Amino acid sequence: MKPIIQVTGIGKKYNIKHQQGGYVALRDVLSNVFRNPFSFLKSKAKELTGLDKKEEFWALQDVNFSVSKGEMVGIIGRNGAGKSTLLKILSQITPPTTGEIRIDGTVGSLLEVGTGFHPELTGRENIFLNGAILGMKKQEIIRKFDEIVKFANVEKFIDTPVKYYSSGMYVRLAFSVAAHMETDILIIDEVLAVGDAEFQKKCLGKLEDITKKEGKTILFVSHNMALIKQLCKKTILLSKGAVKMVGPTDDVLAFYANDKNTTEEVQDFLPLDQAVSKSGVRFSGVKISNQKGHSVFQSDDKLKIELKYESDLKEKIGEVRIVITIISELSEQVVLRLDSDIPIQTISENIPAEGTVVCETQHLNLAEGSYIADIDFLIGGISVHYVRGAGKFEVETSLDAYHFKKYPDNTVCDNIIKYDFKLK
Amino acid sequence: MSNAKITIIKPKKLFSFADLKEVWDYRELLYFFTWRDLKVRYKQTAIGALWAVFQPLLTMVVFSLFFGQLLKVPSDGVPYPIFVYTGLLFWQFFSTALADTSNVLIVNQAIITKVYFPRLLLPLSTVATKFIDFLIALIILIFMMIYYGYTPHLVGLFILPLLLLITSMASVGLGLFLASINVKYRDVRYILPFFIQILLFVTPVIYPAGILGKYSWVLALNPMMGVIQSARAALLGTTVLNWLLVSISLLATACILAVGIYTFKKTERYFADII
Repeated sequence: MKPIIQVTGIGKKYNIKHQQGGYVALRDVLSNVFRNPFSFLKSKAKELTGLDKKEEFWALQDVNFSVSKGEMVGIIGRNGAGKSTLLKILSQITPPTTGEIRIDGTVGSLLEVGTGFHPELTGRENIFLNGAILGMKKQEIIRKFDEIVKFANVEKFIDTPVKYYSSGMYVRLAFSVAAHMETDILIIDEVLAVGDAEFQKKCLGKLEDITKKEGKTILFVSHNMALIKQLCKKTILLSKGAVKMVGPTDDVLAFYANDKNTTEEVQDFLPLDQAVSKSGVRFSGVKISNQKGHSVFQSDDKLKIELKYESDLKEKIGEVRIVITIISELSEQVVLRLDSDIPIQTISENIPAEGTVVCETQHLNLAEGSYIADIDFLIGGISVHYVRGAGKFEVETSLDAYHFKKYPDNTVCDNIIKYDFKLK
Repeated sequence: MSNAKITIIKPKKLFSFADLKEVWDYRELLYFFTWRDLKVRYKQTAIGALWAVFQPLLTMVVFSLFFGQLLKVPSDGVPYPIFVYTGLLFWQFFSTALADTSNVLIVNQAIITKVYFPRLLLPLSTVATKFIDFLIALIILIFMMIYYGYTPHLVGLFILPLLLLITSMASVGLGLFLASINVKYRDVRYILPFFIQILLFVTPVIYPAGILGKYSWVLALNPMMGVIQSARAALLGTTVLNWLLVSISLLATACILAVGIYTFKKTERYFADII
């Protein structure tokens, strides 16, 4: 059968300069040009002649695969493997640098639930707006309207502005609109990781329904192996911007679980934006690794966070307290709070004007997923430098270490522990 | 519904006519964007649609008081309030559309990074929103014309759509250009209000175009000058309608629009990556 999606030689190049700085100020660029006109001309010339190679980074390189009609295909891979870039290219949000994708049919992409929802508008109004943004025609929305409202179970509040909705209602309504799109292909990025367990089950049912009954093709990216296993027959494993393996889900998951080659050593401190610090003391770098110095964690690994700091002070800094908060990216819940005031063995209240603070934990016992670290530097109880999302790490569950036979559902709970059941 | 549409995704070309067709295919979304902007604005401000009337009306009163009454700025022989209001009507359409278009990519970045649609829809919907405001504010002008006893020339009514087209093209063209720079350099948005304010003073809104005497041609480089002067000529009969001036304005805005679309298209290829 002719494939419905044919991906040939897709590559995406990023300019690292664009990636890192967030954004540049025109003011800085202009003042730079006037201060060092020659070095500016030199770098510009390098850019134009293509000599400036080290600024380039290929997020995806030579990616090939095809998907047949009615298939539900999972896409897995570690952070930075290129999953989101691939989704963005498939959804036409960003064009590829090389290669071509041929898609026979209409595409709907769901990289986020409730894209374009406006808090001031009512549920009814948002259904139309969101539907239109997702590419539905007005007639189509009118025809499906009752079905959408019923599925989301928000009949009573349909004329209430969504800013008064509970987060559950909001997500239900948003998913419901998306699930009723009449496209041939649906591209989904982990959006199911929201809402209550019951609604999630309903969503899964709906997804299985639309692949089976309506013959829709679905591409599904997730960190949730349990879900991939349940929904997808075929899975694509991405690693370092290339397709590492395509095949039946069970085979790919088994390969992925055993594949430790992609574990990289953490070498450098990640530099932190220092402009945001209000006082003379600031964090300058962060390094997160497990006890072996790797960046990818197993659920039972120990966490080691090193925080480099510096200050304009000459003497020691007094009354210091450092707080690290670990947040699950999936559930946005705090899973750990590491406070230098709490343990018996800790840093003293007076620390040198610059140095590195290290925090080491016991077994993490976190479920599979991505976790974010917020760091806070307090002096005398006042926060002097708070960095949201200073670091990020990824956790993988190993079934062996916990004597598990299947992956726990990380959409319901972020923490895991070794346990068993028996009859008394 | 199957196999009706084949999409090919590959490295983007700078410009193709398929892009224009695509904008047409997505016209419903254009309507929804405009509808959203109007609805949200009128929900957020307590006085609702009156806001569109209130803004130019109050500006007109203040300007008439200070420039007309106290400073005695000449007004080509028509009462100063109606003189300045005609100018303000077009000026506000231009300046608000320009300001909003310049920020349109930043304001909508949540949507841009998550869903595909022709990005040109966003600036277009901005102008459409401002056009509705223009129509509402136009009602006041009609009342003022009745009050002061002015009847527009027949030609005047015909030229109005052309003037509106020029204004839209100028604001979209310049706005697209600024929007593209704005994505790259985020401090542009802080310079913009200042820039627009300066533009107001080099455009004959509060004073007649003839004020510079033999140097008046300098002002003609500004397309809005042609628009405002022609609007006054057509509606109030201040001067004879200068077709040459209208043509120059049209040509100038066409150039601005071309440059704007070119810059926008060029940036479009990577702005989802940097915002």
